[in-house]
Amino acid sequence: MPLRRITLRVNGATYAGEAEPRKTLADFIREDCGLTGTHLGCEHGVCGACTILMDGQTVRSCLMFAVQAEGAELTTVEGLADGDRLHPIQQAYWDHHALQCGFCTPGFLMTTVEFLNDNPQPTEREIREALAGNLCRCTGYQNIVKAVAAAAHTLAAAPGARREIGTAAPPRAANVMAAPRKTGGPPGASHRPRHSGKTAKRRSGPKR
Amino acid sequence: MKPAPFEYHCPRTVDEGTALLAKYGDDAKVLAGGQSLVPLMNMRLARPANLIDINRIESLAYIRDDGRTLRIGALTRQRAAERAPQVAERCPLLRDALRLVGHAQIRNRGTIGGSIAHADPAAELTAILVALDGEVTARGPKGTRVIAARDLFVSYLTTSLDPRELLTEVSFPALPAGAGWSWMEIARRHGDFALAGVGVVLAARGGKIAHARIGLTGVGPTPVRPAEAERLLAGRAPSEDLWKGAAEAVRAAVTPDGDIHASAEYRTHVAGVLTQRALREAWERVREAA
Repeated sequence: MPLRRITLRVNGATYAGEAEPRKTLADFIREDCGLTGTHLGCEHGVCGACTILMDGQTVRSCLMFAVQAEGAELTTVEGLADGDRLHPIQQAYWDHHALQCGFCTPGFLMTTVEFLNDNPQPTEREIREALAGNLCRCTGYQNIVKAVAAAAHTLAAAPGARREIGTAAPPRAANVMAAPRKTGGPPGASHRPRHSGKTAKRRSGPKR
Repeated sequence: MKPAPFEYHCPRTVDEGTALLAKYGDDAKVLAGGQSLVPLMNMRLARPANLIDINRIESLAYIRDDGRTLRIGALTRQRAAERAPQVAERCPLLRDALRLVGHAQIRNRGTIGGSIAHADPAAELTAILVALDGEVTARGPKGTRVIAARDLFVSYLTTSLDPRELLTEVSFPALPAGAGWSWMEIARRHGDFALAGVGVVLAARGGKIAHARIGLTGVGPTPVRPAEAERLLAGRAPSEDLWKGAAEAVRAAVTPDGDIHASAEYRTHVAGVLTQRALREAWERVREAA
């Protein structure tokens, strides 16, 4: 199958690569963009580990092909922290021991980002329902629920505290398709010369 | 867990999409939200030679309210419909059920048309379309046709759509003024496929049930419309005995399979219990609206 040229933005930086149409977006992010924070658990849309934000909305990146994200604006877990300063949601996970092995954590974090954007003052039941699409095989759910509740408090106490991550408004009825759109990155978005504008090589190494 | 190779097509218009379907027919699958198709491809249970990705046909994403009917473009995301004020106003039954379709991450991609065309026997939207006597519009080589919900669902994952046809629109009739509604389902986990689910609409006149509509999911190869239960309710005054009688008629109408999640007997029992609860809630909403 011929390769397709794909250009998209991740965490404000532009990435270009070539991939077969069957390459999932998750594999493209990991192998071609070199951003391995996005994890793959089940690869069929059950575990939620590969959850990212596409144009501000959570999607399972194992259930999309990279070609479909042409021109899209993505946020992965690498886009949350500000240098060494953790995002308040990450900090809450840390403080409340919401990760054990940590494999599922990137997906939980991205789910939490969208959830707290939509519902800044959730009840515990709402938190549990919102997290139902993410699996933690360590079964550390109790502390994850606590962390999300604590993050909601932190974010409410400090308005504007890193709330801008992936906060594109949900589509309205008049514009109901989450069509990828081209946008300028945030001011000062760093373009990484290592990846920007040139075809990334496929990395070798063991298969998952 | 990687899909087999395929030829990728990305039409921008319905005409381009139908032309591709006319050309590739049986060797093609339409990719909409991909929340059911891509898992099947990743597990190589589906290996289409051609994938026709309709996600860039922007004209297929809309919600139109013509007063009596909600016309929803096939590519409208489930999450968008769930949040649309027209859906809340005209068909709150649909909104309530949408909240239980998978998880938010799935509904952000999953489409109204995709769910209908996939025809999963445990899907929420198929049961609602059947209960409301909705219809779909499809375009193919022979032109455009409208298919009534009762003629659409054939069996497990099988519809009467031709492989060369593209589903373009799903029409949900609005609930009658003052009607009560309820969606009830039981799943092992929030967002999982329902073991059984039921949607109910009660239209009222003079303190009695003018007519009832019931649609069930997860209890047979296609969504179930229990005609006998609806007949039993029409023209009657509401009562717990009446709900119980309707629940019995529902149990007689369903033919679920058993699997590792629940036995056939359990699903049958639950279908009745959920019907009773849904009728009770729907009638409460009739009284609130009055």
